[in-house]
Amino acid sequence: MNVDLTTEYLGLKLRNPVVVSACPLTESLDQLRGFEAAGAAAAVFPSLFEEQIVGEERNIDELHEFGTESFAEALDYMPELVGYNTGPDGYLQSLEQAKRAVDIPIIASLNGSSRGGWVKYARSMVSAGADALELNIMFIPDDVFVDSQEVEARYVDLLSAVREAVDIPLAVKVGPYFSSTANMARRFMLAGANGLVLFNRLLEPDIDLYELEVKPKLVLSHVEEFRLPLRWIAILRDQLDISLAATSGVHRPEQALKLLLAGADVTMVTTSIYRHGAGALTRIVEGIRDWLGNNDYESVAQMRGSMSKNNCPDADAYGRGNYMKAIVSYTGEWV
Amino acid sequence: MAKFVTLDGNEAAARIAHLTNEVIAIYPITPASPMGELCDAWSAVGRKNVLGTVPSVIEMQHEGGAAGAVHGSLQAGAMTTTFTASQGLLLMLPNMFKIAGELTPTVFHIAARSIATHALSIFGDHSDVMAARTTGWAMLASSSVQEAQDLALVAHIATLESRVPFLHFFDGFRTSHEVNKIEQVPETDIEQMLRPDLIEAFRHRCLTPDRPILRGTAQNPDVFFQAREACNLYHDAVPATVTGVMAEFEKRTGRSYHLFGYTGAPDATTVIVMMGSGAGAVEDAVRHLTSQGRKVGLLTVRLYRPFSVMDFLEALPKTAESIAVLDRTKEPGAVGEPLYTDVVGALVEGWREQGGETLPRVIGGRYGLSSKEFTPPMAAAIFDELEEPNPKRHFTIGINDDVTHLSLAWDPDGLHEPKENYRAVFYGLGSDGTVGACKNTVKIIGEHTDLFTQGYFVYDSKKSGSMTVSHLRFSPEPIRSSYLVRHASFVACHQAQFLDRHDMLELAEPGATFLLNTTHGPDEVWETLPVEVQQAIIDKDLRFYVVDAYAVAESAQLGRRINTVMQTCFFGLAGVIPTEEAVAAIKEAIHKTYGKRGESVVERNCQAVDQALASLHAVEVPSETRGGRHQIPPVPTDAPDFVRRVTAMMIAGKGDLLPVSALPVDGTFPTGTAQFEKRRIALQIPIWDPDICIECGLCSLMCPHAAIRSKAFDTAQLQWAPPGYRARQAKAKELEGLSMTIQVAPEDCTGCGVCVDVCPAKSKEVAKHKAINLEAIDDHLDVERANYDYFLGLPEFDRREIPRESVRGSQLLEPLFEYSGACAGCGETPYVKLVSQLFGDRMLVANATGCSSIYGGNLPTTPWSVNSEGRGPAWSNSLFEDNAEFGLGMRLALDQQRSQAAYLLEQLADVLPGDAVQELLAGGDGSEQWLLSQRERVANLRKALAGVDRPAVKELLAIADVLVPRSVWIIGGDGWAYDIGFSGLDHTIASGRNVNILVLDTEVYSNTGGQASKATPRAAVAKFAAGGKAVGKKDLGMIAMAYGNAYVGQIAIGGNPRHAVKTLLEAESYPGPSLVMAYSNCIAHGINMETSMTHQKDAVTSGYWPLYHYDPRHAKVGDHPFVLDSRKPTTRFADYAAKEGRFAMLARANPESAARLMELAQADISERWRWYEQMAGVERTIPQASNENGNGKGQGESS
Repeated sequence: MNVDLTTEYLGLKLRNPVVVSACPLTESLDQLRGFEAAGAAAAVFPSLFEEQIVGEERNIDELHEFGTESFAEALDYMPELVGYNTGPDGYLQSLEQAKRAVDIPIIASLNGSSRGGWVKYARSMVSAGADALELNIMFIPDDVFVDSQEVEARYVDLLSAVREAVDIPLAVKVGPYFSSTANMARRFMLAGANGLVLFNRLLEPDIDLYELEVKPKLVLSHVEEFRLPLRWIAILRDQLDISLAATSGVHRPEQALKLLLAGADVTMVTTSIYRHGAGALTRIVEGIRDWLGNNDYESVAQMRGSMSKNNCPDADAYGRGNYMKAIVSYTGEWV
Repeated sequence: MAKFVTLDGNEAAARIAHLTNEVIAIYPITPASPMGELCDAWSAVGRKNVLGTVPSVIEMQHEGGAAGAVHGSLQAGAMTTTFTASQGLLLMLPNMFKIAGELTPTVFHIAARSIATHALSIFGDHSDVMAARTTGWAMLASSSVQEAQDLALVAHIATLESRVPFLHFFDGFRTSHEVNKIEQVPETDIEQMLRPDLIEAFRHRCLTPDRPILRGTAQNPDVFFQAREACNLYHDAVPATVTGVMAEFEKRTGRSYHLFGYTGAPDATTVIVMMGSGAGAVEDAVRHLTSQGRKVGLLTVRLYRPFSVMDFLEALPKTAESIAVLDRTKEPGAVGEPLYTDVVGALVEGWREQGGETLPRVIGGRYGLSSKEFTPPMAAAIFDELEEPNPKRHFTIGINDDVTHLSLAWDPDGLHEPKENYRAVFYGLGSDGTVGACKNTVKIIGEHTDLFTQGYFVYDSKKSGSMTVSHLRFSPEPIRSSYLVRHASFVACHQAQFLDRHDMLELAEPGATFLLNTTHGPDEVWETLPVEVQQAIIDKDLRFYVVDAYAVAESAQLGRRINTVMQTCFFGLAGVIPTEEAVAAIKEAIHKTYGKRGESVVERNCQAVDQALASLHAVEVPSETRGGRHQIPPVPTDAPDFVRRVTAMMIAGKGDLLPVSALPVDGTFPTGTAQFEKRRIALQIPIWDPDICIECGLCSLMCPHAAIRSKAFDTAQLQWAPPGYRARQAKAKELEGLSMTIQVAPEDCTGCGVCVDVCPAKSKEVAKHKAINLEAIDDHLDVERANYDYFLGLPEFDRREIPRESVRGSQLLEPLFEYSGACAGCGETPYVKLVSQLFGDRMLVANATGCSSIYGGNLPTTPWSVNSEGRGPAWSNSLFEDNAEFGLGMRLALDQQRSQAAYLLEQLADVLPGDAVQELLAGGDGSEQWLLSQRERVANLRKALAGVDRPAVKELLAIADVLVPRSVWIIGGDGWAYDIGFSGLDHTIASGRNVNILVLDTEVYSNTGGQASKATPRAAVAKFAAGGKAVGKKDLGMIAMAYGNAYVGQIAIGGNPRHAVKTLLEAESYPGPSLVMAYSNCIAHGINMETSMTHQKDAVTSGYWPLYHYDPRHAKVGDHPFVLDSRKPTTRFADYAAKEGRFAMLARANPESAARLMELAQADISERWRWYEQMAGVERTIPQASNENGNGKGQGESS
C-alpha cells in the first residue's frame, strides 16, 4: 500500500516526519548528505552559542596579550595568524555550504545570550539561507529574587525581538520547566513562533566524587524520555495552531509513531544516529511506513494527533490520572 | 606623494630584506629576532618580494647554521640574507670570511648588541660588529629608524654592484626597537634600483652543472697570498659604488646620504666622529651649541668598511683642530678603539695630502656600552673637553670612573630638549597593556597628524610583575633624539603601587601633567600618596589627575587591562589631537589591532574608551603634604653591605649612578640576593589552613618561586611564634612528635596560584575551600610578613633524617633557589628549585643562556642562594651553545683536583691519623649521613694539617673540599639541548663523565618569545611555525639512550611528582652522564599558568609526555634498563591539545590543516608508545668501562 509520509513543519513541506535534531553531526557536509540519503526530511544545524563565540574571542585575545610587552627579549609569545574564524562566520559559512550540499530544508539553531546577539545572529542566519530558525532558549533562573513572570517575559521578549527582525519561520525550543507550560506555549505562538520544539534536554551537571568537582556530562537520551514530549504534544495539539516537533527519546519507529499519534508534526532524532549511524533514520522512516501500511493508514496526516488529548479514549490519561494509575499498578505488580 | 609609516628599526630593515631576497635563513637572538619573525610571518601569508616570489624562510639550529645555509644558497644563486646580533654574529664569522673571500654579494642585517664578557647583556653596542670588521665585509651603519630602512636598500644594491658582502647594522634596541615615523621607500623604487643586470650577473656566478666550476679550494703557500690580494680592486671600488647608489637613492627619494655625514658649523674647530644612534644625541647638542655660536660639528660614519680616507677627509671641516672619536665598544689593550685608530690613521695618511697643515688633535672615547644612556649634555661635555688645553687622550662618557679616572663629568640637567618636542613618559606594569597602548598612540599621532613621533620602551629585568617605562615624543620636525625623555611634559603612572618604590616624578618638568591610575577619587587620593610624591607634585607645580582605570576596565569586561582607558585619558589631557578626533582614532586602532580576534573584543575596548574620560578627574593639589606614608627603601636596612651599596641602587633604578669602583672587576657577584628585593607583586597570596592540610608537600614542590615552604620543627619553638601563627602536629610518621607548618613569603610570592591548583585537600564542609587558598594580600601582608620572618628563623630539619625521595620529604629540604624573577607560574623553576633542595649544598651549575640564565642570573638580584652554613650552588653561565661542554669542563677540573688531592693525601699519610687517608678516599653511598661524615673528615684533615709545615699541605688544603663529592648540573632549555647546543650535549654524554644534564623543555625558545625548536611538537603553533609545526618532536631521550651508558629520564613534576623526585635522585646518583628532560609549561603554550601542573597531568595521561627512565645500572643480563613509568594513555591527545592555545589556535585559524596535523600528532604518540612499550621489554647489556675517564666516575669519586 502506498502510504503518504509527507508532513508540514513550520510551513515547510517535508517528505516524512523524521528530522535530524540539532547536534554537531549536522555541520558536517558528508554526514548531512548521508542523512538526506538515509531519509531525513530536514536537519537542524547545531546551535550557534553566542556565549561560546564571545568566549572564544576572549580566549584568542588573552592568548595574544598574556605576558606581552613585559620583558625586552620576549615582547610577545604567539605569532599573530591571519585570522581565527572567530565570530559566527564559520558557522554561517557552513550553513551556506550545507544549503548547497543537500535538498532537504536546513533549520538553523541559535542560542543567544544578549538581546542584541539574538537579533544580530538571527539576521545572519537568514542571510546565509536558513529555511527556518530554531531559537534554543535556555535560562537557569537561579536568582531567588527573580520571579516566574520576569523569566517568562524574557523568553517572550527575545522571541518578539527576533520575530521582528526576521521573516522566515521560527521555532522555539525550550525546556519543560514552566509553571504553566501550556500557557507559555500559547504566548510563544502569539509572539510569532511558528512552531515549538519539545523539549530542550538540559545538560544537567554531575559531581566527580574523586575530584569533588562539578562537571558537565553529556548523556545521550534514554528511550523513555519521549514520554515527556508525548504528554505535552497531546495536550497542546488541540489547543494551539502551531507546528509541534517532538525531541528526546526518539530512538525507534515506535516512539516516532506514538509522538505522531499524540500530535507531533515531526519527530527529531539524534541519539540513534550517534549509536547506529544514518541508517537509524532509514529504520525509523521505514518503520513508520510499515506500521501505517500494516494498520491501513493512508498518510501521516491521517494519523497525526489521532491520540491527542481530545482524540484519545481517555483524556485524563495525559493528566494526573495517568500518574495515579501508574502508582497503583506499579505497587500492585510488585507487592 | 611620500608615504609615512610608523614602525621600529627592525621592521624597517626587515621589510627591505624581505622585498629584495629570495631565501632567508633565521635564528632567534635578541634584539634581532623580530626581523626573522616578521619575514617568517610575511612569507607565511604569501607576501612576495619585488621579484614576484615568496621568499623561502628557514629557521636553522644556530647562527652558524644560518650562515652556512646562507652561504650555500648564495652559491646556488638565490639572493639570500639573515639577521642576527652579538654572539650570533660571532658564530657567523667563519662563513663570513668565506663569503667575502668568494666575493659573494649578500647583506646581513645586524641589530648591534654587546658581546658577553664579564656578563651577558642583551642591549646595544658595537662590540659584535666590530668583531666582524676583519671579515672583509663592507660595513654600513644606520643611526636611525629611517636610515635602517634606507641604508638596508643601499646595502643590497651596493653588494650586488660591488660583489662585496655588506654588514648593515644599527643599534640594538635604541634603533631596532624604537618606533619612529619614517618615509617609506616605495616598492617601485626598490624594483627599479634592483636592476635585472645586477641579478643576472649574480646568478651567472652561481654553481651550476651546466657551467661547472669549483670554488673553495685548499691553497698552499705558493699562491694563497697572491690570491688573497686578487680581490683588492673590488674592495677598493666599494666606496664609489656606495656613493653612486646613495646618489641614485637620493634621486628617487630625495633623502641624501653620504659615506660620512657632517652636520654643524661649517668652520667647526671641534668635531665628534662617531657612528650609530648616538649621533642623534650629538646632533641635538650640536644644534644647541652652534645656536650659541660654538664652532662644533658632528661627523657621522655610515660606510665604516672599507674606510675611505679621502671621503672621510672631505667630509671633515678643514678648520677642525680637535677631534673626539667615539666608539661604542671596548678593545682592552689596544691603542684605542677601532674607529679611533681608523680616524687617527686616516688623518696621518691623508690630512697633509689634502692640504691640511697642523694635524688635528684626536682623542678617543668610549660611550654607550650595553645601551648606556648617551645624551646631549654628555656630547656637550665632550666638546668642552676638546677645548681643554690638555684633554684626556682616552676617556669614557656616561659613567663615573673613579678607578682609572677616564670618565668625563657632565651636567645631567644641561641642554634642554628642543621646545617644539612634546614629551611624555608612561609607567606601566608588563601585563597591563601600557606599552602596547603607547605604541598605538605613537602610530595614531603619526598617522593622523603631520607630527613626527617617536616611542622607546624600557623593560624591567624580571619576567613577572615587571615595570615598563614608555618614552614618547611628538614634534613638527623629524625626531632624532636617540635618548630617553629627560624632561617630560606628561607623566602617567598606571600602577599606583609604583609610587612607593620609584621616583617617577623625577622626569616631570615644572608645570607638567601627572596622571595616576588609582582606586581613590580626587578628594581622597592625596593622603594615599607617599609624602615624597606629594612634595614633588607641590614643588613642580604639577597638574594632577586621577582615573580609576581598573573600574572602567572591569565594567568593560577587560579585566586588569587598562591600556585603552589610560590611552584615552592621555589624549584627553595632552591635547595633541582634539579629543573627539583622538577617540575616533583610538577606536580605529582598536579595530585594526583586535579586529581579527573578534567583534566582542573590539566592542569591549571601545566601551572602555567611551567610559574613560568620564572617569578622569582633576585633583586640587593641596599646598602641603599630608599623612605619614613614605616611600619604601629598596632593600632592608640590615641587608649586607654590598646589597645596600650596590644592589639597592640597581633596584631603585639608579644603577647609572654607581661608580666603577662599586662593581666587581670580573663579573663575580654574591649569591642569595633575591631575598632582599621584596617586590610585593602579588595581589593575592596563598593562606594555609592547617586543619585541612594532608602534608603532601605539593604546594611547596610546585611553587615556581620558593615562596611557599614547609618545615617540621620542635613544638617548643612555638613559644616564640607570633600570635596566631599557624602550625600543627605533624601527621606523617617520620615527623612524629614534631610540629609542621606551611608558610608563604608574602612579599616574594607572585600570586600565580599554582599552589592552590595542585592542593588536593578540600574542606569536608565547603568543597571549594582547600588547604591553601588565595586571599587578598592587603588583608594578610603585615601578619604574614611577621610569620615568614619567624618561619625563616626556625631551624632547618636535619637533612639526614629526611626521606628525600618522597615529595613531602623533599620539601623539608631548604631551597637554595628562591624568589626568582621568572614568569608567574613558570614551569621550569620548580625543577631548578627541587634540584637545589636535593643537591644545592654541593652543586656546581653550568647554565645555558636562556630563560634559566636570565631568571637565574639577571641583575640586580639573583635567586641562587646559600644555607646557614654558607654553602650553596655555585653558578655560572658561559654561552648558549657551549653549555654542555662548559659543565663537562667543570667535571674535568673537579676530577683532576680530586686526583691531585688523593695524590697529596698519600704524600701526607705519615702525618695523618691512622686510616684517615683511606677513609677520605673510600667513597660512600652518597647519603646525607655519609656526606656529613665526609665533611667532618675533611674538617678533621684541616685540623690535623694545621701545624704541619710541608709544601704539600698548602696545596692540599686549597683543594681538600673536593673530597666531598660535587654534583655538577648542566641546566638549559630545549633550544640549547635540542638545537644550538646539541652537538656539545651529545659529546658530553659520550664522554661518560659524571655530569647531570637537566633539560627544561618548554618546547620553544621561551626566552626570546616562543620560537619553534626541534623540541616543538607537531601541530603546535609557534613563531617560525605559524602554520603549525609540520614535523614531530625530536626524541632526545632515545638518542641519548643509544649510547647505552647514560642515565636518561623523562619527568613531569605536575604529572607525577614522586617520579620527578625519584628520577632526579637516581640521575644524580648515577656515576656517569645523566640526562633528564623535564616537561616545563610556558606562557608560549597558551595556557592559564595557574593550571600549568594540571596540564602536565593531561600531557602524561594522554601519552603526549610519557614518563620513563633508563638506568644503565640495570643494563645487564636478565634486567631491563628502560622502564616506562607512566601508564598506557587513557585520554586522547586532542583532549589535551584542545586546552592549550598553541594547538587550539591552529584549529581556529586553519581547521583543515589542524585536523591533519592533529591526526599525525596522535599517530606520533601512539607509535612512540608502542615503541617504548617494546623497549621496556628489551634486555640490554652494556659492557662496563674500566678506565677512570670512560666509566663516568672520576678518580676515587663516590657514587
